[in-house]
Amino acid sequence: MIVASALRKSFPVKSGPDVEAVRGIDLQVARGESFGFLGPNGAGKSSTMRMIACVSPRTSGRLSILGLDPEVDGVRIRGRLGVVPQQDNLDEELSVRENLIVYGRYFGIPRGECRRRAAELLDFAQLVDKGDAKVETLSGGMKRRLTIARSLINDPELLLLDEPTTGLDPQARHVLWDRLFRLKHRGVTLVVTTHYMDEAEQLCDRLVVMDGGLIVAHGSPAELIAAHSSREVVELRFLPGTQDAAQDRVGELVERMEILPDRLLLYTDDGDRTLADVHALGVQPSTSLVRRSTLEDVFLRLTGRSLID
Amino acid sequence: MSSPSVTPARIPGGRYLVWEYLVRCWRRYLVSSLAEAVGTPLLYLLALGVGLGTLIDSGPDPQALGGVDYVDYIAPALLVAAAVQVGMGESSYPAYSRFKWTRVFWGITATPVTPAQVCEGELLFIATRMLAGSSLYYLVLLAFGAAGGASGLLMIPIGALTGLACAVWVLALGAWMRSEGGAFNVVFRFVLIPMTLFSGSFFPITEIPLAIRWLAWLSPLWHGNELARGAALGGLEFWPAVGHLVYVIALLAAGYLVARHRYRVRLIV
Repeated sequence: MIVASALRKSFPVKSGPDVEAVRGIDLQVARGESFGFLGPNGAGKSSTMRMIACVSPRTSGRLSILGLDPEVDGVRIRGRLGVVPQQDNLDEELSVRENLIVYGRYFGIPRGECRRRAAELLDFAQLVDKGDAKVETLSGGMKRRLTIARSLINDPELLLLDEPTTGLDPQARHVLWDRLFRLKHRGVTLVVTTHYMDEAEQLCDRLVVMDGGLIVAHGSPAELIAAHSSREVVELRFLPGTQDAAQDRVGELVERMEILPDRLLLYTDDGDRTLADVHALGVQPSTSLVRRSTLEDVFLRLTGRSLID
Repeated sequence: MSSPSVTPARIPGGRYLVWEYLVRCWRRYLVSSLAEAVGTPLLYLLALGVGLGTLIDSGPDPQALGGVDYVDYIAPALLVAAAVQVGMGESSYPAYSRFKWTRVFWGITATPVTPAQVCEGELLFIATRMLAGSSLYYLVLLAFGAAGGASGLLMIPIGALTGLACAVWVLALGAWMRSEGGAFNVVFRFVLIPMTLFSGSFFPITEIPLAIRWLAWLSPLWHGNELARGAALGGLEFWPAVGHLVYVIALLAAGYLVARHRYRVRLIV
């Protein structure tokens, strides 16, 4: 579906050197796969997505989407893609249904067929009773669902979702994930960017971690955790001023420890055991937590930074 | 969901699909925009044509306006000025908001529709709005007996053409601007209003001192006024008419190329 090699994108900047958003990445996405780009803001995820969406010409490297070259066949490729942009760009003045119909027309789909598909998609997006409401009256989660429904109007082979759940409340995120799961099971190829670990673990079969315009790791969520983290993590939170005294002693207990401004993360295969050892040392954190290792830990390991900084 | 869609290499009618969308949006404010298209000429004709005109027509020089009543003199210019106003209005904030605030243009260009087709769709829509507005204006002039002869009908396309020649440049400006910062207001105050006042709409430009009369010659509205007045009242020679027409079309063509380029630059990054 997608093949990229040595793909680069740089933007010219007035009075200064070009900004290199993507600095040579290789990737392959197969049909039916759910593929994720994980990384902080500015990692190059969105620039990569825009190149895949054929709305941003590459600076250099090779890129093939659906077996076609975006530079030659951009229009043809875009006809077979669904795109969910980072920021909604619905027409707030038009009704929910009209937004779907108007969008279908841009793919050259006849009006009657657009109406039929719109009805189907309203059902899919759980917006049937909002069909005739103006978009401006919808909640953030509903707008997002409408944007996803809109991206399906041309029955795309490849669906690109740029931060699909950023800014939504937990309930709205779960409803959205549920809808995306259904698409995945129907065989739609999904490409998702996110800076949420849980989202990547929920949605992606395989993912790459991007940082500074480069791919720093790739694999399935489980593979990444196995390769770059431990099975479990003990999080110790300290009252201000008490962490320094504890961290040297605690650090001896495990092979790897991350020191954050307000807490210590201990990487271990047996969290309960390690926590007992901490208590045995007489260290008294204000709170402690044993949890499974997540992609957040992978990211911390790979880049030395937490994701949301 | 159902059958896989078959997409051609190009959506040849992309510009018409964008036009279709904009017309659909227009329906939301159709009544108010058409009421304005009828109401404005009524006010102008009553105030300037009938009110001020009574004084002017009883003035010392009956040949000052080529021997026609003041209301007949200003009627074609009012129609063209209204079209220019609609064109520049529609191509300013409404078009700009589709880049900046609603971001609708980014949604459209994620489909097979190209940035150039978006630009052309905007122009087609603005032309449609001006043709509708000018037609209503013509009917009001007809009711006042100020629409000239049958060739006065030509005022409608002349108005739309002049309006488009101005609108393309405002579209280009909107696509170029990253933040608005009052630029459109500057255009309205320092271009549109002076242009409306000093383009031979309300008095012949021969009254303007020669040193600055060239400003009126540059104004597309003056060329549009001359054409519209010629259509309604006659008296315009063939070659001057060609000259006016060529000027307006050249301005439109150049503006179209600039606007299309700016749409591409803005939407493909």
